[in-house]
Amino acid sequence: MQHAKRNSILFIILGICLLVLFVLNISLGSVKIPLQDVFTSLTGGNASKPAWDYIIVNYRLPKAITAMLVGMGLAMGGLLMQTLFRNPLAGPDVLGLSSGASLGVAVVILGSGILPGIAATFFLSSYSIVLASTAGSFVVLLAVLAVAQRLRDTMAILIIGLMFSSFTGAIVSVLTYFSTAEQLQKYTFWALGSLGNLPWNDIFILFVVTVIGLSLSALCIKPLDALLLGERYAKSLGINFKRTRFVIILATSLLTGCITAFAGPVLFVGLVVPHIAKLLFKTSNHKILFWATLLSGGVLVLLCDIFTQLPGSAFVLPINAITSIIGAPVVVSLLISKRKGIFN
Amino acid sequence: MDKTKTILSAQQVSIGYTSKKDAIAIANGINLNLKAGTLTALIGANGIGKSTLLRTLTGIQNPLAGTVFLNNKDLNSYNATQLAQQLSIVLTESLPPSNLTVFELVALGRQPYTNWLGSLSNDDLASVEKALQLTQIEHLSAKKHFEISDGQLQKVLIARALAQDTPLIILDEPSTHLDVLHKVNLLRLLKTLAHDAGKCILYSTHDLDLALQLSDDIIVMTKDNLVHDSSKNLIANKVFDTLFDDPNIVFDESKNGFVVK
Repeated sequence: MQHAKRNSILFIILGICLLVLFVLNISLGSVKIPLQDVFTSLTGGNASKPAWDYIIVNYRLPKAITAMLVGMGLAMGGLLMQTLFRNPLAGPDVLGLSSGASLGVAVVILGSGILPGIAATFFLSSYSIVLASTAGSFVVLLAVLAVAQRLRDTMAILIIGLMFSSFTGAIVSVLTYFSTAEQLQKYTFWALGSLGNLPWNDIFILFVVTVIGLSLSALCIKPLDALLLGERYAKSLGINFKRTRFVIILATSLLTGCITAFAGPVLFVGLVVPHIAKLLFKTSNHKILFWATLLSGGVLVLLCDIFTQLPGSAFVLPINAITSIIGAPVVVSLLISKRKGIFN
Repeated sequence: MDKTKTILSAQQVSIGYTSKKDAIAIANGINLNLKAGTLTALIGANGIGKSTLLRTLTGIQNPLAGTVFLNNKDLNSYNATQLAQQLSIVLTESLPPSNLTVFELVALGRQPYTNWLGSLSNDDLASVEKALQLTQIEHLSAKKHFEISDGQLQKVLIARALAQDTPLIILDEPSTHLDVLHKVNLLRLLKTLAHDAGKCILYSTHDLDLALQLSDDIIVMTKDNLVHDSSKNLIANKVFDTLFDDPNIVFDESKNGFVVK
């Protein structure tokens, strides 16, 4: 079939883009490392300067891997939400999941002062931040879902998401009021969003949780396709709707929670990438969209991360600034486009 | 297929809702027997409980009393996949936005038979092709579902139900958005499918005149009772005069429809 051929070409192009951007991402930065040295270092050899090896292994490689995982995870969360809520503008950040995760992190970072020394140290470990963040996004998602079931209008869900964002934002503000300058600084830097500076241990946790989240999503491919016809048809096709919904929620919370815990609330990726995948492959088939979203997510965040490092300068922009600059116009154009299939 | 085989039967079924503690019955003591190879119309005034009856017969909600049997087995004893292999539905509600093509939409009907990824086997592909052929929409198969007319979409949804390969198909007001020509075409298609493919088809409608001409049986739902018979007997027994709670709306035999006195 012609479609199948077109799809495989697109997949190959996306795959090559991902690899090229991965290597470029490692090579570019305040210190430019020649591509050849990047390859030597990545394949186990020694770069021409020992400092380059150090930079690659301890700084650039972790950041590139984080970027890829963040892109893939958030994009998959967005795809799951858009199909579950039958809403093209759904995404982990739009529905308030990122805010929920932020609230979890805020409670842990800002609230740790209340606890005595040893408990506070445990409280601030990566594991508890991940747990709190995942729990936060899970709770918000359950709340959104509870309200969504009482509303026929899928657009109203976006307003609900907005309200949850404001609500959790307000609680975070209250918490900051009672915290020390040091805690506040820690939280503020986290909230700006950053892909770098993660130790390998944290990347390992991020990797494992992302893989679990993505595997759960893969289990939902068939029910997600059925959900394209709406809940009632899906049930009539033998889909266990309640179980499917639970798995989708669990996967999205894990992905959003864990990524937000380590990289901060990264905006727009979850909303925009599934649309890029749908536009590129012109399909709603989740077997194709699954891989398309994964690859596009990785590509987009690697690309955004390259843009955060202005060439020839030591400044690094926050990743959120770049994703928003790219994401906001895409959302506006989606809203005003009369293209059927997105809004009919 | 044995054309006298009973596919769906209801025995002393009460339908209605349970709210908190009370059960609010809409209709009691419903007995039905729907056979393979027949096209049956469900007729009744708005709010009389047609939808509730269909929801009960499709297992979406439980009967307050009595039992619904599908292929001589209690509807409640089927698991979701087994039920999906026995019963397919066509709904009035519009589809959520998506890029699904007609072919993909019809192919979703194969989900009760496919593996965990939903991959289509050669048998599945053959069933989809057959469904497209029976509904005469092969030429549309590459089109997106939002690019076709309402009449064509209705056929696509019926093709999807056919691909699901179930002995029973239930349609909720399938002719609502169509003009007379397309209504007639649709009912002809349903009748052909019932007679040639041996399906048991039940649909709800407000178009009594067309239902009388093109269905085998009619179920008339009124406030007090439910009558299931052939069109001829129903007219002879003057059942239609009681359809609406208004003495000025009466059934005119010569016109096969209602007139206002």
